[in-house]
Amino acid sequence: MAHQSARQPARESASPQAGIVEPGPAPALVTRALRKSFGEKPVLDGIDLSVAAGTVFALLGPNGAGKTTTVHILSTLIAADAGRAQVAGHDVAAEPDAVRAAIGVTGQFSAVDNLLTGRENLILMADLHRLGKVEGRRRAEQLLRRFELADAADQRVMAYSGGMRRRLDLAMTLVGEPRVIFLDEPTTGLDPRSRRELWALIRRLVAGGVTVFLTTQYLEEADRLADHVAVLDRGRIVAQGSPAELKRLVPGGHIRLRFADARSLDLAAGFLEFSARDDESFTAQVPSDGAVSALRKVLDRLDAAGVEAEELSVHLPDLDDVFLALTGRGHEASAPDEQNRTAQPERKTTS
Amino acid sequence: MSSLTYAVADSATMLRRTLRHVLRYPAMLAASLGVPVILLLLFVGILGRTLGAGLNDGHAAGATHTGGYIDYVAPGIILMAVSSGCMATSVAVCVDLTEGIINRFRTMAISRAALLTGHVLASVIQTSVATALVIGVAVAMGWRPTGGPLAWLAAIGLLELLSFALTWLAVAIGLVSKTPESSSNTPMLIQFLPFLGSAFVPAASMPAGVRWFAEYQPFTPVNETLRGLLTGTAIGDNAWIALAWCLGILALGYWWARTVFRRGRLR
Repeated sequence: MAHQSARQPARESASPQAGIVEPGPAPALVTRALRKSFGEKPVLDGIDLSVAAGTVFALLGPNGAGKTTTVHILSTLIAADAGRAQVAGHDVAAEPDAVRAAIGVTGQFSAVDNLLTGRENLILMADLHRLGKVEGRRRAEQLLRRFELADAADQRVMAYSGGMRRRLDLAMTLVGEPRVIFLDEPTTGLDPRSRRELWALIRRLVAGGVTVFLTTQYLEEADRLADHVAVLDRGRIVAQGSPAELKRLVPGGHIRLRFADARSLDLAAGFLEFSARDDESFTAQVPSDGAVSALRKVLDRLDAAGVEAEELSVHLPDLDDVFLALTGRGHEASAPDEQNRTAQPERKTTS
Repeated sequence: MSSLTYAVADSATMLRRTLRHVLRYPAMLAASLGVPVILLLLFVGILGRTLGAGLNDGHAAGATHTGGYIDYVAPGIILMAVSSGCMATSVAVCVDLTEGIINRFRTMAISRAALLTGHVLASVIQTSVATALVIGVAVAMGWRPTGGPLAWLAAIGLLELLSFALTWLAVAIGLVSKTPESSSNTPMLIQFLPFLGSAFVPAASMPAGVRWFAEYQPFTPVNETLRGLLTGTAIGDNAWIALAWCLGILALGYWWARTVFRRGRLR
């Protein structure tokens, strides 16, 4: 366990200002020391976040880290035990209705009316936003087209596929033209194609100027969508930074080689730089960024030395690696370890 | 717009939504209509002659009762139409909660109570329609109520009050139920409560323990009041007891539903 030496993201902040409140455009979302427990179990243990307006922010973490609880507090569904949160300039506890008027939420479980058609769902939202009949219909039609649901507009949502349902869910969130949008694990459970479609839709949203607060368990998703990522682990932010900064934390990808016997392994060790080796299974790891040229170099060297590898696989950094790097354990690790947690220095960004 | 205008507009939107559900999936309405109609056919068409005979011979309190069995049983059947209609609301409310759309509503700047108000109004409308149809079937089968316009007005008022009260209770049950399936179990008990009252046979003809229950359970005074208003039997104190029960159930159901809803429930 190398958690004590886990590196924190290097802040190469482009903005020179420091301090809690920075000049310039007000952040769309700020939290200070947000805490929440369910019974005896602390779920959020002092969360400080700041999300600049018009950006995509990703809260990355495994199941049970507190992502959904954070979204529930910020979207006024539940109250925090301590700390403060402001969304679109309004305090979530003091002015919940002002916050609600500014936000749109697409939760982890679809919040659509299965008994109504897609169009009726959107018009229901328009009525609840009191848009008026004409404007409501206009916006519903526009969203149906934009989310490629026009053909299924008059079908009951019950008959929709998972991807269509999620698109409708997002479309319903947009009816009120929210300034801040919460997406709680928007692509969990979707097939790869629907996931890519949704990513494209989210990117187009941000082009329209809204702020997106996204939670995800996929590093790739955060990487593709977010300007800024915070890693949440057991209710604490363990790292923040741009996706590039976060990925630099990860020891990174490697090529994994398995040899037939100890002799081949020893031979290979002579000309390859192993980052790890296991004499029991005759396997070794060579650091790699996944580039084809690096892979070819390894193969060429093996060829030149006449050493045969039984098996070769390429591993790219994933959430597990990020977690391992930040917390000294994989994100599937189950046994809570209070010592590790409190020893973990918290990284705060101020810009 | 004031917050009251908002509340009215939002409730109207939610009412339209719930009524659309009913029209689109009339199975619920059919069920709440079907049970009383089937019971009417069973008790009047098949068992009616024997039950009616037994009623006229052996039961002293039924001495004023000289018409066919349908005259005795019709008010009880109408009551079942009301109770089964209202109880369908539990399922509708629970489905809203388990489908997650309630969380969407909770994060919107809309009147908090609108969702529940919409359900309650839709249920009362739906129940009124079902009850009117059941009354029509009873009349078609030979029921001849003798009450005048005022008596009918009072009867309708009582039925609407009862359906309002039972609906709020049903909303509360729907809010605390974990699954739509379980949300239909508790209401089922309430729906068949008229059986253990004076709906089908007079309470006085029952064995001691059941009789005690039958005499003091809420449906019996309502049933006796209804029967008195529509077919001219003696009402006595039953009207006030019925009114008290309805208001009591209404207060309990409303308070319970409001408390649970305010506390919020997240999955």
